[in-house]
Amino acid sequence: MREMISMIVVLTVLTAVSGGLLAKVQSSTEVQIENQVLKFQKAPAIKSIFPDVANDPIADRFTVEADDMKLQVFPTKLSDGSKAVAFETKGTGFGGPVGLMVAVNLDSDKVIDVRMTTHAETPGIGTKAKDDLSFVSQFTALPVMDTNFNLKGSGGVIDAISGATVTSNAICLAAVNAKEIYQKLKPEIIKQMK
Amino acid sequence: MAQSLAKEFTKGLWAEMPPFRLVLGLCPVLAVTKSVENGIGMGVATTFVLVFSNLLVSLLRNIIPAKVRIACFIVIIATFVTIVELMMQAYAYQLFLKLGIFIPLIVVNCIVLGRSEAFASKNGPIVSVADGLGIGIGFTMSLASLGAVREFLGNGTLTIWEGLPVFSMGPDFIPFRFMLEAPGAFVGLGLMLFLMNLIPQK
Repeated sequence: MREMISMIVVLTVLTAVSGGLLAKVQSSTEVQIENQVLKFQKAPAIKSIFPDVANDPIADRFTVEADDMKLQVFPTKLSDGSKAVAFETKGTGFGGPVGLMVAVNLDSDKVIDVRMTTHAETPGIGTKAKDDLSFVSQFTALPVMDTNFNLKGSGGVIDAISGATVTSNAICLAAVNAKEIYQKLKPEIIKQMK
Repeated sequence: MAQSLAKEFTKGLWAEMPPFRLVLGLCPVLAVTKSVENGIGMGVATTFVLVFSNLLVSLLRNIIPAKVRIACFIVIIATFVTIVELMMQAYAYQLFLKLGIFIPLIVVNCIVLGRSEAFASKNGPIVSVADGLGIGIGFTMSLASLGAVREFLGNGTLTIWEGLPVFSMGPDFIPFRFMLEAPGAFVGLGLMLFLMNLIPQK
């Protein structure tokens, strides 16, 4: 009995202390990590979606809020004069959350392009979604408001990468999230773009 | 005391050099040694975890009940691995992108758990830190040397930090790409083991 109690106490105290320590480290590195992700993940993704726009979408970013939803938006203007925004959403993959940068044309409500950003997927398998752009190019020009962004197996329009169904599905989930967010926040985005 | 400290420290550098002498922890050795830079980064991360987990395990060795010791060690190790992961994301994001999934996998690296179980749980804190530091530096050297062989043959360069090659064979060099693939890691490791075993042990 005594041994049992000592085991429980030691493990409980140890996990509680380590949890507390990690929370402290996490909160103190949060801002710095956010900056690094912006610099090394979001910025290259945005640059590759909008290769030659006049403004700097990273510097012009703003935050919109509606119904307890907060979203960081990267605005720009396309060469044909229509307004466009990029924003990041998440889906759940094999190794945790998968980030997806989604760019939408505000005037035509069509997806311009998407790019995978932060992830913890298996190198050589799930990472194909990031390295091989033929998968994400399936999203190009789909209308945001009325497309089912799921995989074909679940009634959607996207072909999965063979061998990387979980990652493909994560990206589709992120796109579905993006659709929901866009529908809710579009009026707010347009208001702030002026 | 000083003599045994030095002995515990130096054994990791040659006599018990982890991947070559103990042939432990081969997963990161094979996976991340595509360049010297990756090898050093992985080695330093592992060394940090080894030193602090050894220190903590050794300090708590009389408190941790024997029946749950492995669980306790894993909690301690995982805590430091997560700290390394967060720190690397905050201050060395490019390295984090290259090492990616292999940083969280340090938790299950058998060298780290092996030192906790075989050494730190039976010895005092100072000797344990020396042991962790020695093994860690030995591990870093092994990764860096295998990384150097693979990067030199496979890419014709040697890179120490942030993608800047300190040495390059120039554009005329025809790289032996095989060395950068996974089978190249096995062949490279095997040849290095062979060379090390040519040197007689006392």
